Amino acid sequence: MATLTQTPQTAPAPAARAYPVGHEPVHNYLREPRPADDVRGLARAWAWVKSWALSVDHKRIGIMYLVAVSVFFTVAGLLALGIRTELFFVNQYSDTGAVIGGNIMGPDTYNRVFTMHGLIMVFLFIIPSIPATMGNFLLPIMVGAKDVAFPRLNLLSLYVYAAGASIALWSITTGGVDTGWTFYTPYSKETGTAVIAMALGAFVMGFSSILTGLNFIVTIHKMRAPGMTWNRMPLFLWSIYATSIVQILATPVIGITMVLLVMERVMGIGIFDPALGGDPVLFQHFFWFYSHPAVYIMILPAFGVISELMGTFSRQRVYGYRAVALSSVAIALLGFLVWGHHMFTSGQSPVSSVVFSLITFLIGIPSGIKIFNWVWTMYKGSVWLKTPMLYALTFLFLFTIGGVTGIMVGALAVDIHLHDTYFVVAHFHYVMMGGTVMAFLGGIHYWWPKMTGRLYNETLGKISALLVFLGFNMTFFIQFVMGSQGMPRRYYDYPDMPWLEPLHQASTIGSYVLGLGLLVVLVNGMLSLRKKTPRAPGNPWGGATLEWTHTTSPPDHHNFHHTPLVTHGPYDYEVLFQTSGDSQRGAPVPIVEVGGPQEMDQEIDDGTRQPDSAADM
Amino acid sequence: MQTTPDSLAGAPTRQSFWTEGGSLWLPPQESTTAHEIDGLFNFILYASIILTIIVAAAMVYFVWKYRRQSHVDRPVDVHESKWLEMSWIVVPTLLVLVVFFWGFRAYVGTAIPPSDAITVNVKAQKWAWTFEYQNGIQGFGEIWVPVGTPVRLEMTSQDVLHSFYVPEFRIKHDVIPNRYAYVWFEAPRVGTYQVLCTEYCGTAHSNMGALIHVVDRDTYYAALRGEIGNNEPQAPVDLGEQLYTQRNCNTCHSVDGTAGVGPSWQNIWGQPRPGSESGVVDDAYIAEAILYPQAYIVPGYENGNMPSYDGQLNEEQVAGLAAYIREVSGAATEADRVVPTGDEEASVDAQPPEGGMGDPGTPVADPVDPSDRDAVRSE
Repeated sequence: MATLTQTPQTAPAPAARAYPVGHEPVHNYLREPRPADDVRGLARAWAWVKSWALSVDHKRIGIMYLVAVSVFFTVAGLLALGIRTELFFVNQYSDTGAVIGGNIMGPDTYNRVFTMHGLIMVFLFIIPSIPATMGNFLLPIMVGAKDVAFPRLNLLSLYVYAAGASIALWSITTGGVDTGWTFYTPYSKETGTAVIAMALGAFVMGFSSILTGLNFIVTIHKMRAPGMTWNRMPLFLWSIYATSIVQILATPVIGITMVLLVMERVMGIGIFDPALGGDPVLFQHFFWFYSHPAVYIMILPAFGVISELMGTFSRQRVYGYRAVALSSVAIALLGFLVWGHHMFTSGQSPVSSVVFSLITFLIGIPSGIKIFNWVWTMYKGSVWLKTPMLYALTFLFLFTIGGVTGIMVGALAVDIHLHDTYFVVAHFHYVMMGGTVMAFLGGIHYWWPKMTGRLYNETLGKISALLVFLGFNMTFFIQFVMGSQGMPRRYYDYPDMPWLEPLHQASTIGSYVLGLGLLVVLVNGMLSLRKKTPRAPGNPWGGATLEWTHTTSPPDHHNFHHTPLVTHGPYDYEVLFQTSGDSQRGAPVPIVEVGGPQEMDQEIDDGTRQPDSAADM
Repeated sequence: MQTTPDSLAGAPTRQSFWTEGGSLWLPPQESTTAHEIDGLFNFILYASIILTIIVAAAMVYFVWKYRRQSHVDRPVDVHESKWLEMSWIVVPTLLVLVVFFWGFRAYVGTAIPPSDAITVNVKAQKWAWTFEYQNGIQGFGEIWVPVGTPVRLEMTSQDVLHSFYVPEFRIKHDVIPNRYAYVWFEAPRVGTYQVLCTEYCGTAHSNMGALIHVVDRDTYYAALRGEIGNNEPQAPVDLGEQLYTQRNCNTCHSVDGTAGVGPSWQNIWGQPRPGSESGVVDDAYIAEAILYPQAYIVPGYENGNMPSYDGQLNEEQVAGLAAYIREVSGAATEADRVVPTGDEEASVDAQPPEGGMGDPGTPVADPVDPSDRDAVRSE
């Protein structure tokens, strides 16, 4: 827990050094509280651990989430490489049916691997990725508050998440789960694997999701800085707000469904098992009633990140701000009405299939509006092609493909052919990975200086963006072709379609390239944390939202010296030109290249605060 | 008696993608409803390509045209245009409505079987498809259907969810326990097509294939009479070996000692099975293990994956499997290798347990005059 009495972090400043009033050096959240200098060894380490583990600072919680989801993303990514490697060759069978070549794992192992890949990616990585890391870190800063509304609840949700993840991962030690991430009954009722542990893990993690959503909604409603009207809220906040609504309303359904599944296995209550008079299709309705809205829990925050990136790196008002903001809310609400499009072949009534198909198409419209608005944001802007912008453009391209292929699988008769094939696999990877993960990567690069106070290496960043773009398309675009040719998903082997082997091989090679690109991202981040990396200025990108204009990199412990007063919209760069004190030359905020030995240990006000603190008064 | 020409009982027609009537994106159209679905697919595909190119081109153009020249670059303040925004709301809305109605219309066509369709029952289980004509003749992993005739499949599952998928026919439907699901197709050309399972169903999900042979009338009638398929008298060992692969025993049970989902069959003959009814692996034990597998679980295989074959394998076949297990345990007797003679063959012929086979020469299940359809469809 952060204490109020803090030892000064650095030696007393030289007497010659004078700081403007209100700009005394402060201890950023990464450093404090710092153990007393005479504490050494284990005690010091323990104090450090406590200072993080018991911190209710939203920034530290965000960083801890970031570390956790990065670990899970790495694990699930390695599992994905295992899947692709297994599919590199068609297996060779002996006369007796034994596999004699071309595989690296048995079918049961493979089934567990793809299941764990899906479960970890969905529940442990994508759902918490942007809301829990960037949401936690940035939401209070962007609304101009010191913290979220319920800081202790925020810490609790981190621990609930950790507990759920531990329960889920514990299932691996008992053999893993082989149901696919969808847990479809009656297979999930019958299989001998650790479904109960995994279902309970998902149940517990659901609480984390609900608590976080609740916290964010209250924060946005009650803690916006003076002058921050709904129309002046950054689009990232709008999207987090819409996400939180979905989290609160939809997550209880998956919790109940998982409890029912566990009861079905333990007690045989006969809700889903046809042998006991239950209905397996009912499970699918329950499951998708959560899991389709969950798709929007995954993608809506990404929309927010992309809005920020497009605005900042085009130095332009996000085109159609209101349409972009409201379309998030529209997507969140319509998202509850389309779950049945996962079940066109399941045996639900044809009439409901038709209705679900229609509503599904309607939900495509707000997504399309966003895409066009983002592209048009660059029009007559000043486009700065830094790494985050590269990821944002990658997002636009990949998400467009994900969207139009969504139209394809939403069309009834066509979906019958494409359902449960690699086409669907490719489609949701284009949306989830090409969408959410690209936005996550773009956002991480964008806010990395704010989070860590360090600038990553731009060249490595661009190399990673290029590798990810190429690898991703090579991996998944080919899967569209395979899927429409008939390759079913979740196949350990494709003995009936050996002619697909070259396509699988190309896809596998693509996945290695993609993995390499992501490795470069990781290495780049690690390298930037070295001591010799120069400190990041307060506003390296010239952003116009509060986290750039009103606080240092990394932010002070309480985010702001003064409560910010918001006098204009989030992307009004014109206003910034006028107030930046450099209005004649036009730079909204000077991009200060800092570095050198004297800068290393001291928090330097880089000048970005000057005009705004004037506005504060 | 084997009457099927090799070409008809052989591998699927499709040996590669892109060729044999298919395109880069879609397999060949081998059902009467495929062209409509493909038409819609291609419409969306081309519309999507155009749209994606527009978005990508705009992106690239803007990035280049409005690239930042210096840190002090000031953009022009752009004001929103109602007309521009309305255009990208209205046009996509109209497009998706067109796609919806098109898809809806095609769906109605594929969802409702014609009233004159012949019916074939399909039973799915881990991990094999069993087909049964209305007269009780069964095909394991294979079905012969007449060309140019609507065929309605009435499907149910014995254990978990499966999904019946034939890419060339563009048909797919989940197969659900305790419920009947329907799907229909009419194949205008002779050929052999691969059936795939697309709903994840466990260990051998990817090996759960079957073949649909679309054949001319005569071959179809021969199939209906039970003359096609492997009904020749065989020595029990050979029959067992054939069933071992045909009924997918090999997906779980190896015969070379390799550990699998189920116990290997190598050298298990005569082994003790304490707690089971007969105590050792013998004929009675094997019959019990095949027909009522949950009655006694071999220690170490508590996953309970073995499905029951009760009602699917007759005595002959169970005895054949027992003989095959003796064979791979090195305990096969001379009797196991003897091809059954006339008397026994009669009992093989009497295989279909249900009635409806009073005169094997009469096709029972097809009420339609064959000449009508052949004239229209057959090529």
